[in-house]
Amino acid sequence: MPMSAAEIEALIKAALPDAQVTVEDLRGDGDHYAATVISPSFKGKTRVQQHQMIYAALQGRMGGALHALALQTAAPQD
Amino acid sequence: MSNPVFERIQAEISENPVVLYMKGTAMFPQCGFSARVVQILMHMGVKFKAVNVLEDPSLREGIKQFTNWPTIPQLYVKGEFVGGCDIVTEMFQSGELGQLFAEKGVEHRPVTA
Repeated sequence: MPMSAAEIEALIKAALPDAQVTVEDLRGDGDHYAATVISPSFKGKTRVQQHQMIYAALQGRMGGALHALALQTAAPQD
Repeated sequence: MSNPVFERIQAEISENPVVLYMKGTAMFPQCGFSARVVQILMHMGVKFKAVNVLEDPSLREGIKQFTNWPTIPQLYVKGEFVGGCDIVTEMFQSGELGQLFAEKGVEHRPVTA
């Protein structure tokens, strides 16, 4: 069951309430999205750890219902 | 309880400086994301061992648990997980990938994005 951009945003925000999240539907098939997530919780974390936090927020849908999610993550500039 | 798939992965990433777990082969990638990482490595003149996870379903799932990373491709340099397509692309564009290869003593062409 493909996901909607709103669902992805809601899941990420539920896990990272302080995050700024923008989700873009790349192909309109509910399967290929790009997301940019900026959150203070990323401070001091490697990119791999930041992306793992997003995958955890998506509760196992990554790689399953959600085939492709191009991720850009960052901590806010001070 | 030892995990034969984890042992195989551990051996592969220890015995080969650069390993790319991907869908398809370096010559015939079967996924756009895997193909992009292959292009980046070839553009940088890096020798790497490509492992086609499509040939072995237990490896395809095992590799995701091994690093707690849900997608393929996965790039390893000197036994360390570097990232998937997004991270490798971002590191290539920022020059960090070239730095990593230099630090780890991996032969590569110093090219910019």
